[in-house]
Amino acid sequence: MLTLPLVLPPTVVGFLLLLMFGKNGPLGKLLMAIGMTVIFSWPATVIAAAVVAFPLMYRTVRSAFEQIDQNIINAARTLGVSEWKIFWKITIPLSWPGVAAGTILAFARALGDFGATLMIGGNIPGKTLTIPAAIFFAAEGGEMRKALIWVMLIFVISLIVMTLMNYWTDYQSKMITSNGRK
Amino acid sequence: MGLLVDIQKKLPGFTLDIKFETGMDTLGLLGASGSGKSMTLRCIAGIDKPDQGRIVLNGRTLFDSQKGINLPCQKRKLGYLFQNYALFPNMTVEENIGFGIGDKKRADRLAIIKEQVKMIKLEGLEKRYPNQLSGGQQQRVALARALAIEPEALLLDEPFSALDDYLRSHMVKQLSETLADYRGVTLFVTHNMNEVYSICHKLVVLALGKIEAQGGTVEVFRSPPSLVAAQLTGCKNFSRAKYISPFDLQALDWGINLKTRSEIPQHIKWVGIRAHTIEMSLEEKEGNEFQCWLNSASETPSRMTVYLDLETETGGKGNHQIQWEITKQMWSELKNKSQPWKLRINPEALIVV
Repeated sequence: MLTLPLVLPPTVVGFLLLLMFGKNGPLGKLLMAIGMTVIFSWPATVIAAAVVAFPLMYRTVRSAFEQIDQNIINAARTLGVSEWKIFWKITIPLSWPGVAAGTILAFARALGDFGATLMIGGNIPGKTLTIPAAIFFAAEGGEMRKALIWVMLIFVISLIVMTLMNYWTDYQSKMITSNGRK
Repeated sequence: MGLLVDIQKKLPGFTLDIKFETGMDTLGLLGASGSGKSMTLRCIAGIDKPDQGRIVLNGRTLFDSQKGINLPCQKRKLGYLFQNYALFPNMTVEENIGFGIGDKKRADRLAIIKEQVKMIKLEGLEKRYPNQLSGGQQQRVALARALAIEPEALLLDEPFSALDDYLRSHMVKQLSETLADYRGVTLFVTHNMNEVYSICHKLVVLALGKIEAQGGTVEVFRSPPSLVAAQLTGCKNFSRAKYISPFDLQALDWGINLKTRSEIPQHIKWVGIRAHTIEMSLEEKEGNEFQCWLNSASETPSRMTVYLDLETETGGKGNHQIQWEITKQMWSELKNKSQPWKLRINPEALIVV
């Protein structure tokens, strides 16, 4: 269920979000009662990006947690250490490469989302227009120079992300040999 | 004062059903892998939950299915030494040792860490990370970490299985010394009979979740009460046996009659003889003599294992009937002697079950 947005087409995710946050949707009504409209505002783009990116974060972090030797956690428990402290002092430090990887992957996915964002955010310039949408509409309108500038920007960001990912893979393979993983 | 364990738990393949009580001595849990001995420790520590039963430590109920008591791991105050040590890889030696006593005042904590580091003789390595230590050093850190919280009981789960032979014998001695200073219940789980013999005064032998033998280590090794217990304590030779008279039996598989020193019950099923207790027969008419032929022999670095045929000479074909462990010196004297050889089984060394 939590990984559903990963396999659904982005427009379908966007459509479902529209149903939920729309004027007649359950969450939309709730927000309306406190005087908020989400649809076609910048928070809508944030929600769309978060929902499509969440499964990547969730899956990566979860598998990092699962790779920790359970005996290490059990050892901490027998020492009388609280679950809270175990989480922050052991689970997170031992799985932080996974958390970092999840963050990077989720960031890249959120940055590139087109379909879901367009469905509930629209493409209001200066308000809800994201870079992928801007590229699409610039190219559609024949403004190739403008589209190219946006494309270059995405390129630079993606290259940085890729470099970080490679760095992380190296780091992780080092962690596996030295860090009490299975 | 002591530990009472009376638990049942269904496991894949068998049901763990054990009951024992122990005081301040070191109690060994001996069993083959998959006999439920590690699960027993995990249940006592609160890592796994028994289906039903009771665990009481020094009058404190840790688990009682009838009263609905199941203290969490954190509240049990037990030191647990894991097979792979389970040190925190992101912490230094001193951080590992101090992790369980974080609620103490800083000065007290540092004093305890210092004392523990001294006890395990790792002064100067306090700032190292676990992956910068040898296996033996890691084990000592794990032990210090467990002892730092001043546990009411110490649970050792196959602590030597990850060490090489040289280190093992060294660490067995060191652990015995540490345990002698420790005031509390100690449970030592292993599948190695040598370790159990040298470390534990009392012993519980486990097979498929059931207790096969229980008592003083020396007594259990001398007269194991069941076939499985005899096997687990290292007896290599068994024959089906038939009762003849209170001090005589017939070993059916070996085709010989044997005398025993202690009186035997009528319903005996097996007779066993440890591989190192067979003697060369020097004089005639000592009793319990038998003649045998060499089947084959295999060499270990320190000793010889000789496989013998009892009834007929097979010349290495067919299965041997008795396994005999001797020194290399004995072997060099023996191998040129004409066969059949005359050997003797000491009546005191017979295991009858």
